[in-house]
Amino acid sequence: MLYFIEQCLNGVQLGMLLFLLAAGLTLVFGIMDLVNLAHGSLYMLGAYFAATFALVTGSFVLAVVLAVAASLFAGMVLEVVAIRRLYGRDHLDHVLGTFGLLLFFNDFVRLIWGPAGMTVPLPQPMLTAIEIMPGIFYPAYRLVIIAATLAVAALLYIVVMRTRLGMLIRAGAANRQMVGALGINIKLLYTLVFGVGAALAGLAGVLQAPILTVQIGMGENILILAFVVIIIGGIGSIRGAFVAAVGVGFIDTVGRAFLPDLLHRVLSTTAADTLAPSLSSMSIYMLMAAILVFRPEGLFPAASR
Amino acid sequence: MTASLEPVVKPALDAAPGAGLTPRTALTAVLLAILALLPLYAGLTGDPFALTLFTRVIILALGAVSLNLIMGYGGMVSFGHAAYLGIGGYAVGILAKEGIGSGFAQWPAAIAASALYALVVGALSLRTRGVYFIMITLAFAQMIYYVAIGLERYGGDDGLTIYRRSQFGGLIDLNNKTLFYYLCFALLLASIYLVSRIVNSRFGLVVRGARSNERRMRAIGFPTFRYKLVCFVIAGALCGLAGALLANHTNFISPALMHWTRSGDLIVMVVLGGLGTPFGPLIGAVAFLLLQEGLSRLTEYPDLILGPVLLLVAIYVHGGIEGLLDGRRRG
Repeated sequence: MLYFIEQCLNGVQLGMLLFLLAAGLTLVFGIMDLVNLAHGSLYMLGAYFAATFALVTGSFVLAVVLAVAASLFAGMVLEVVAIRRLYGRDHLDHVLGTFGLLLFFNDFVRLIWGPAGMTVPLPQPMLTAIEIMPGIFYPAYRLVIIAATLAVAALLYIVVMRTRLGMLIRAGAANRQMVGALGINIKLLYTLVFGVGAALAGLAGVLQAPILTVQIGMGENILILAFVVIIIGGIGSIRGAFVAAVGVGFIDTVGRAFLPDLLHRVLSTTAADTLAPSLSSMSIYMLMAAILVFRPEGLFPAASR
Repeated sequence: MTASLEPVVKPALDAAPGAGLTPRTALTAVLLAILALLPLYAGLTGDPFALTLFTRVIILALGAVSLNLIMGYGGMVSFGHAAYLGIGGYAVGILAKEGIGSGFAQWPAAIAASALYALVVGALSLRTRGVYFIMITLAFAQMIYYVAIGLERYGGDDGLTIYRRSQFGGLIDLNNKTLFYYLCFALLLASIYLVSRIVNSRFGLVVRGARSNERRMRAIGFPTFRYKLVCFVIAGALCGLAGALLANHTNFISPALMHWTRSGDLIVMVVLGGLGTPFGPLIGAVAFLLLQEGLSRLTEYPDLILGPVLLLVAIYVHGGIEGLLDGRRRG
């Protein structure tokens, strides 16, 4: 039971991370209709920024703030220099162009930061475990991740649903030509949206940096998970991204933790040992395939599509 | 019905002999001549590396030709094509490990396994459109990738060494590098011919018609789903063959063969060379892999240059290298 609750929390934590990545991806996808394979590179950049700023300033909190700001800036520069020129193109051009960017960023990071990985030390209070329920301890930092992401999700929801900027973003997703025709500076809006997406990806990288080793290519596999999330949730839907992220994070983590045991009960030991790792890695892809077969546009398809 | 379709889709075999000496025919002819004579060069200079490199180029070009069939002509952007390279490769590797060394068993197994996988994936994926199709093919490829990692008996994450290349009972010795090169080259040419025959057949015209306007094709009575599915399976089988060749070339297979960035490489080759053109995938594969190789000899950070080159091609060049040669540009 203890183990189960702990694994559930781990699942929620992975879900939160996926949400941060998927929210930016789904915004860019839904509004600019852009397939961005370089989104994982922004996640990686965020983590490297955090490592550098932590080293320079010696403060973790300061490093988080600076790294997110740097990611926002990097995203906006990237949009103006390159991404902007890919709007309205075929998805294949997006794949080619952003695949090029992904290659570029991997070598760029290797040039600047070197091939060795980096670690980000956590401040002392975050290293302790907190007793969340009688007898159940959970690392404080992971709780911080969950809380911070929930706050970001709530903020994002309020901005998108309750502010003028959010109204423009939603309008842009529904009919971008109309928004442009009504005199809105759509270019600036796009730059801003891409920047926010980059900042969210960067934040994901920053928050993950102390848990993982910061290394080249760290964004590549998690990017695919983020894609799975936005496909399950429905492209362009932040609410869908949230639900799908928590679901995917939960199924992936809990599957990995409990599938081996479950298989051992029904199968021979060797068969279970062979099957369990692949099956638990495959579970979310099977989930996605199943959902797409029954709901080809995801769980929460944006109304206009 | 064929007659009514012919004017709709222009036959694309522009590069066929006798089409006049345009820059693209000239380039294709020169490229094919170089590829045909390469073993001679390698023999004269005693540089075995060129032959190894170009064997790899040709095998991956075969994969790109197969991707071009569904992506270029059928509009089905599969982002999981490296899965077939892996399935074909693992079919050879697994049979070799289990003591079945005959190519007459290994290669058909590679093709059949890939075709079967394509049938399942296609039947599920072709219900979706656009980006969803890109992503679902990617997801299936990821699944196969993790299955390969889980295959402890066959090396798991570390991969599997193949100690003997496929045996063809004295018919052809794959250990002879020159012979193996020419076999791959012949299979590549045969597959380019096969694809151009397919896309200009009645079947191919239906698939291309479905790419332009699927609803209209259905309205005039074509069950487009079935046509596209068959096309998807043919492409899968062809790429499975490329996988079998690749396993024989490297004597080694690992899940890395199926990492999603390998699928990205294949897409890059096709788009770089020229989508929906017979020789585009070959030109793209040669350009991409030689650029990669050349840059990594020049500098420690080849992708710092290669990446922006791909971005510039995506932004400024319409129709890849083939399109560039035709003078098509997009501003």
